[in-house]
Amino acid sequence: MDIFANLADGFAVALTAQNLLLALLGCFLGTLMGALPGLGPANGVAILIPIAFTLGLGPAPSLILLTSVYYGAMYGGRISSILLNIPGDEPAMMTCLDGHPMALQGKAGEALALSGIASFVGSFFATWGLVLIAPQLVKIALLFGPAEYFALFTMAFATLGGVTASNQAKSALAAALGLGIAMIGSDSQTGSERFTFGHIHLYDGIDFLIAIVGLFAISEVLIFIEHHRGGAAAKSGAKIGKLLPDFSVLKRSGGTMLRSTIIGFLSGVLPGAGASLGSFLSYSVEKNTVDREGKTFGKGDPRGLIAPEVGNNAAAGGALVPMLALGVPGSGTTAVLLAVLLQLNITPGPLLFRNSPDIVWGLIAALFIANFMLLALNLPMVGLFTRVLLIPTRILMPVVAMISFVGIYGLTGSTFDVMLMVGFGFAGWGLRKLGVPLVPVILGILLGNEMEVNMRRALQVSDGDWSIFLGSPLAIGIWVIAIAGFLLPIFFGKKVKKQMHAGHSEEEVEEIDKGGD
Amino acid sequence: MSDRIFGLFGLVLAAFYFWATSIIPDSFMVDVVGPRAFPYIVGTVLAICSLYILLRPDEEPDWPNLMNFFEIIFATAVMFLYGWALSKVGFVIATIFATAYLSWRLGTKPLSSLITGVATSAGIYLVFHLVLGLSLAKGPLGF
Repeated sequence: MDIFANLADGFAVALTAQNLLLALLGCFLGTLMGALPGLGPANGVAILIPIAFTLGLGPAPSLILLTSVYYGAMYGGRISSILLNIPGDEPAMMTCLDGHPMALQGKAGEALALSGIASFVGSFFATWGLVLIAPQLVKIALLFGPAEYFALFTMAFATLGGVTASNQAKSALAAALGLGIAMIGSDSQTGSERFTFGHIHLYDGIDFLIAIVGLFAISEVLIFIEHHRGGAAAKSGAKIGKLLPDFSVLKRSGGTMLRSTIIGFLSGVLPGAGASLGSFLSYSVEKNTVDREGKTFGKGDPRGLIAPEVGNNAAAGGALVPMLALGVPGSGTTAVLLAVLLQLNITPGPLLFRNSPDIVWGLIAALFIANFMLLALNLPMVGLFTRVLLIPTRILMPVVAMISFVGIYGLTGSTFDVMLMVGFGFAGWGLRKLGVPLVPVILGILLGNEMEVNMRRALQVSDGDWSIFLGSPLAIGIWVIAIAGFLLPIFFGKKVKKQMHAGHSEEEVEEIDKGGD
Repeated sequence: MSDRIFGLFGLVLAAFYFWATSIIPDSFMVDVVGPRAFPYIVGTVLAICSLYILLRPDEEPDWPNLMNFFEIIFATAVMFLYGWALSKVGFVIATIFATAYLSWRLGTKPLSSLITGVATSAGIYLVFHLVLGLSLAKGPLGF
């Protein structure tokens, strides 16, 4: 099996002292960021990207550091769900339903430990899924021509909101904004200056990191200022109770874990589903399987905690499949990981697997290592992570803002870029207020040039005949999925969303919606 | 109402984008569709979406009151000023005041926010510049 040979090579890359140390650091920082209010996985990785690069780390080490942060934040998100009933991001919402009741019954420690193990199981098997499925997808992707790629990019935008998107016009507008920004600078094909208006800072285009950090981190700071939310998330140290999970509970939940891993992973791989739907489906399926009369779910049933936690972590792993094999991310967090790769001059997609297997397999090995480290970190040290909930945001948020500034300045050395980032932050605040999702903007900026290049290549091949975009069954298939993915939420979105948010008040839901995935 | 204004703004933006696309110069290198085709498509999508938002607005979003709106504007202005001041007074001084302002507006007492500012600035300088060797903006005083 060459997969195992590849994987062994990957471990050889990842298992150096420096890389292990970076993975440990990443896991630790990631869990912290996941646990902290207002700093989700996307935000955390975005802030650290420029810093990792200015430190002069090579491609493999930076990738290992940042993916560890990504996995770590996925673990950390559950802490505030369980202890405070505040989901850090949308996927963590279902964790509240049974996790918080457990904490109220004095079983917080047990809930944290169980969900830590559940997270481990979900991401461990999803990483195996990635190992097995991504190379198969690559084989299909090698058949893609520029026309198919153009269709694929369109599909990524059309399905990005998933079935829960509330207003497709706003999602499409957001994508157009991002694509429009990506066009700024010299045209890669002919060298014409576009939208620069003679401004020298714009000749190279706008660095996507400036946009990402501005839109995510700075707009978050503004939201906090608007609501004067300066206090700490938790009032005092929460009582954790005993930390070891009941092994009989674990034994009983084997079936739960199996079902939820499969559901979660598939939701991650499929376009437009994502981690939120993964955790929602896992929870609902589990409820219908083991608790038909609704006796225990929602009242602190451990299986109701394990199912969404396994599902959301499996989806996070599954989401890496299309991102690595096709170069098309399906969520905000994977979009930020794509930014990491692009910053390293690595274009994900089928050629990546062929030309630089060391990076792909080193990354996958790093994911495995991060997983074990997170399990090891999370079980004994969860008390430490819960204590960060005591840091008041009036100190935390300014520090976050300053570290973002330091990163961007260190990367570009230009005060113009720092001001541009603030501009993006303010625009991001306004868009969030208006209910315009920010993830399509980011994805547009990231994919814009690649999408245009593929469109122009396709037309070059066909000598200007636009029918080439419908020229193969593969392309037509992708267009059908894209159109279906765009139209479905208009008819079913409200219904699914209502079910997902059943356990939460309107206000909470709006708060979470604005944060994005 | 907000969405109608936003839709209108989008239309104006789309019109501007069309105009800016139309003045993209040709270069000596040519391909079949040229550098303007894709931006025209993007502009069209922008215009259609804006029109839809204009005609079918969502419910009114939850805008902050005037006071809080000014809070946002001032915070943005302070961060903007911070970007400008970096090259004038250097990282350490600019960061002290920017952090202190943000921390103050989030509810820290004035003196404590100044301490937060000094601590943050010194901390970042120590960790990122002295230990990790990141280059930070230098002012006339050399830091």
